[in-house]
Amino acid sequence: MAKSETQSPKTRTKLPKSLTGIQGLDEITDGGLPKGRPTLICGGAGCGKTLLAMEFLVRGATQFNEPGVFMAFEESAKDLTKNVASLGFDLKDLVARKKIVLDFVYNGDGEIESSGEFNLDGLFIRLEQAIDSINAKRVVLDTIESLFSDLPNPIILRAELRRLFRWLKDKGVTTIITGERGDATLTRQGLEEYVSDCVIVLDHRVSDQVSSRRLRVVKYRGSTHGTNEYPFLIDEDGISVLPVTSLGLQQTASTARVPSGVTRLDSMLGGAGYYRGSSVLVSGTAGTGKTSLSAHFVAAACRRGERALYFAFEESPSQIMRNMRSIGIDLEPWVEKGLLHFQANRPTFAGLEMHLTTIHKAIKAFKPQVVIVDPLTSFISGGNETEVKAMVMRLVDLLKISQVTSLFTSLSLSGGALEQTQVAVASLVDTWLLLRDIEIGGERNRGMYILKSRGMAHSNQIREFLLTDHGVELRDVYVGPSGVLTGSARLVQEAQEQAALMTRNQEVERRQIELERKRTTLEAQIVALRAEFAVQEIASMKIVGQEQAENAQLAQERADMGLSRKADAVPNKQKGVAK
Amino acid sequence: MTTDPIEPVLPTPAIAKKRRGKDAAGDAPEAKGITYVLRLYVAGQTPKSTAAFANLKKICEEHLAGRYKIQVVDLLENPQLARGDQILAIPTLVRKLPEPMRKIIGDLSNTERVLIGLDLLPRE
Repeated sequence: MAKSETQSPKTRTKLPKSLTGIQGLDEITDGGLPKGRPTLICGGAGCGKTLLAMEFLVRGATQFNEPGVFMAFEESAKDLTKNVASLGFDLKDLVARKKIVLDFVYNGDGEIESSGEFNLDGLFIRLEQAIDSINAKRVVLDTIESLFSDLPNPIILRAELRRLFRWLKDKGVTTIITGERGDATLTRQGLEEYVSDCVIVLDHRVSDQVSSRRLRVVKYRGSTHGTNEYPFLIDEDGISVLPVTSLGLQQTASTARVPSGVTRLDSMLGGAGYYRGSSVLVSGTAGTGKTSLSAHFVAAACRRGERALYFAFEESPSQIMRNMRSIGIDLEPWVEKGLLHFQANRPTFAGLEMHLTTIHKAIKAFKPQVVIVDPLTSFISGGNETEVKAMVMRLVDLLKISQVTSLFTSLSLSGGALEQTQVAVASLVDTWLLLRDIEIGGERNRGMYILKSRGMAHSNQIREFLLTDHGVELRDVYVGPSGVLTGSARLVQEAQEQAALMTRNQEVERRQIELERKRTTLEAQIVALRAEFAVQEIASMKIVGQEQAENAQLAQERADMGLSRKADAVPNKQKGVAK
Repeated sequence: MTTDPIEPVLPTPAIAKKRRGKDAAGDAPEAKGITYVLRLYVAGQTPKSTAAFANLKKICEEHLAGRYKIQVVDLLENPQLARGDQILAIPTLVRKLPEPMRKIIGDLSNTERVLIGLDLLPRE
């Protein structure tokens, strides 16, 4: 909310700010610390105050061309240089290049006697000299409160500190003042009363034996800022703060599809696989093939030349690779090519926030297109369910914003409801594949179906899920009166159907032969009838001939007779012939 | 630092050692022959610094007549010197000699505190 408010009215004059360069902090503070003003950073011992201050200076000197003065009241310059070297800050070099001045202010040995009034001009002069020597824009006073134990007369000190902060403001340097947390106040000496522009509280707490660091902007005069507690991480790159909860639901949804790596699964998912940038949950009881499905997805992504990041929380990378080789998926070449990166940690290695920060960092650094979290449920050992859900929500948001297709596996306990994952993330994910055991006929087989898949037509069928030496195979299952058939029951059913088919085929063949025989018979009959007919025809023709001859004879005879009776002159030529 | 206006009078190591031994034993430090080298840090000619110098001069005349040396360092003129003796408060009086170094801050208006600070009076 804070963000959208400051984004819309661009014309509004904004408080000038000084970028810290610290990952995430600039987002929370909407652009950095107030420029030319003091900021108080307070917190208990070991919460990272000095480090934050130092990073502010180093980043200022290296990234924003703003040299800085670090005035240390507790650590010597030498110790300080050594301590921050482990974070990759080369103070020696920066000091040599006149980018940073380190000044260790200590009281010297022995007691200080006081006689009469004094002021802190000595400190002012030192600071001024240091600032002017490198034209510094940033100043850190770490931890100025230790003056109270070094010098007598707190009343004078308070007045002098007030003067100091005012003077720093006049000088126009952006200052960080660190302070140890007091009992009832933010700092032991109530410095927050004097530094009123920006107050940041750091916290380092342990819950369930897992420590987490948090940062909160308590106050930021004249500016909007994130008010939540944000987890932060100190690692070899310095500090990174994770402003995850500020993310809104504004991700753009891609219509591009990403194959799942299993062809038949793709066809179950509307023929094309998952949506790019969507989140996929694969849940199932132990040993149902969740990791194998993930490996398929990863291998397919790498084959397309995409980058995949695999967060493993239960198995080591080499174990995963060995196991996946047994089902014919070789992930090693992709690791060697740099397309696949494993990040394996025990869930108890850090708090949830820390994990989230680590994941966030890894994603930012590796820029993957595909992310696997295997398994999500192992986080429960590191936190309670609400926290896990909140974390997953942030994670899903983060991945969606980065347009990363993510696949989470989740272990459901056998006996419990399958459709209830331990981490109640069901509503957060877009596609939910459920792997389940099917126990029939003294066998345990794997079945898979799509519980939901937002935005695509998907199959409602249960498929049998086979792990073969060439990967995952999905087979149709038989649904009969006794339920879903898998494994040997399916094989038996297949054999039965084969037999039935064979019988049917034989029957058809038999009928065909019969038909042929019938035709042959009929044809023979036809030939016989034809022959008979021919005989009859000849006979009939003969009779007809005789009849005609007889008729002619009769006519001749009648003519002859007439002749003889009436003495016709016509000679009876045919007399002899007719006879 | 060639422009350093301060040329502290250094005792021979043997004497320095002897003095330290005496200090540690709690003997009266105003033993004969010890020269006190006192350095007063000020920042410009402020009433406080003027007062501090006057007070110091008076105390020295009364308690260390003839065996003291006062150097006044004006940090406005030589700001880099603040680092060397770790000066924060102004005015600060530093007892450079005899060792160990002592610091007294303030305008030195409380003579007793100054004497205690200089080990000229025993601490309660």
